[in-house]
Amino acid sequence: MRISSDVAVAAPMETVWSIVTDPGRVLSYMSGVTRWEVASDLETGLGARYRMLFRVGAAEVGGLIEVVEFAEPYEFAWTSITGLDQRGRWRLRELPGGRTRVELRLAYGIAGAGLSGWLAERLAAPNVSRHVRQTLQQLGRIVEHEQLRSRAAQRRAGARGA
Amino acid sequence: MAQADTTRSARRNGHEPSVPADDPEAANSANAGGSPSLAGRAWRELAGVIQRRIPRADLDERDPDYIREQLPLFWLLSSVWFRGEVRGLGNIPDEGPVLLVGNHSGGNMIPDTMVFTVAFSTYFGVERAFYQLAHNLVLSLPGLSWLRKFGTVAASPDNARKALSSGAALLVYPGGDYEVHRPSWESSRVDFGGRKGFIRMALEQEVPIVPVVAIGGQETALFLTRGERLARLLALDRVLRLKVLPISLSLPWIVNVGDFGHIPLPAKITIETLPPIDLRAEFGPDPDLDEVYDHVLRLMQDALDALAAERRFPVIG
Repeated sequence: MRISSDVAVAAPMETVWSIVTDPGRVLSYMSGVTRWEVASDLETGLGARYRMLFRVGAAEVGGLIEVVEFAEPYEFAWTSITGLDQRGRWRLRELPGGRTRVELRLAYGIAGAGLSGWLAERLAAPNVSRHVRQTLQQLGRIVEHEQLRSRAAQRRAGARGA
Repeated sequence: MAQADTTRSARRNGHEPSVPADDPEAANSANAGGSPSLAGRAWRELAGVIQRRIPRADLDERDPDYIREQLPLFWLLSSVWFRGEVRGLGNIPDEGPVLLVGNHSGGNMIPDTMVFTVAFSTYFGVERAFYQLAHNLVLSLPGLSWLRKFGTVAASPDNARKALSSGAALLVYPGGDYEVHRPSWESSRVDFGGRKGFIRMALEQEVPIVPVVAIGGQETALFLTRGERLARLLALDRVLRLKVLPISLSLPWIVNVGDFGHIPLPAKITIETLPPIDLRAEFGPDPDLDEVYDHVLRLMQDALDALAAERRFPVIG
């Protein structure tokens, strides 16, 4: 099952990138995610591994994932090593006026699970889809708020300098 | 011949045979009255058949690939039918052997075990070895052989020892058949019937105890009575290791005697995992069994009372 959604954020790509690639901040914006722990020496970047869990229905699903694409500041993708079969991707593209289009894609399933797997994927989809949209909204709020605070700090510094 | 098979089969499963071949008194009791009647022989034959059905308790039968492929089906049952909610799995140590001690509900269809097993397997991954002890009768019911692939083994101290010493997580229900068939109006009562073997096992294997408290299972049918007197009258305790012959109102039988399977009502099942208890750290190098038993039961009863207080309606939750 593949689910994706996107949002336009009033901040440059680099600001969004710094947040989505920081494992310490994932729980603050990723809706439904209950665990996102670094499971490798590398904290972020190509090859970094995380143990993640996502609440859906009666269980927290997920497992060990590994970053397989890390093209700063455009593409950040991961795939599962253990647990639920999954692929995820943050896709950032520049928009006019210093804005960024942020897209989150998730694909998930259980290979070999047959009809019950097919049914479970579809029954979980509305829930996952809601979490993806909420994640983008929360990320947008965080990024734009930080952008605002950063500009305010610059203004204050400028005023003190003058 | 049936007796010899029973004895062999029982020992193979890691527990003492229910009717020891060299114990004439026990064998006579199994005759429900002492006489070598037709009924007595029939009982022993039945016991032999059941014991032979009990699969060899081999930890290697657990199959992570099978569990992984079946998880969507059980996730559907757990999420849609039972609206399962499992809290506090983070209290279970991330690795190493651990004794998960649960209160048992829901009759022989063990809905709470299913909801917990799905949650445990997705949380820690199917790669983490996880076994569950079950009554011999459950393992011998037709069509339930797949339980062995999920890591269910016959309840016995030997099997518990094997599982824990292999470094696995082990789920036990000390209340067993006694607790699981308690009347529905005792749903929010932890009742281990004074069984303390789990504490001895945790001390022997030096593993932490993690209490697992569940509510909702007793609302999947209307459990009326354990039928202890009936079980004694029919000598089930000696022949089948059954201290109960439960009577309930359940689907599709309406009146269900013995609970050899039923369709559980879609009751909401909520499970809470409590913080681990390191027995020697909390109770000293030589803990008193009664004190530990009382402590574990008190913690579990407090948690169960809180879960019961959250429920507004039977079945709906």
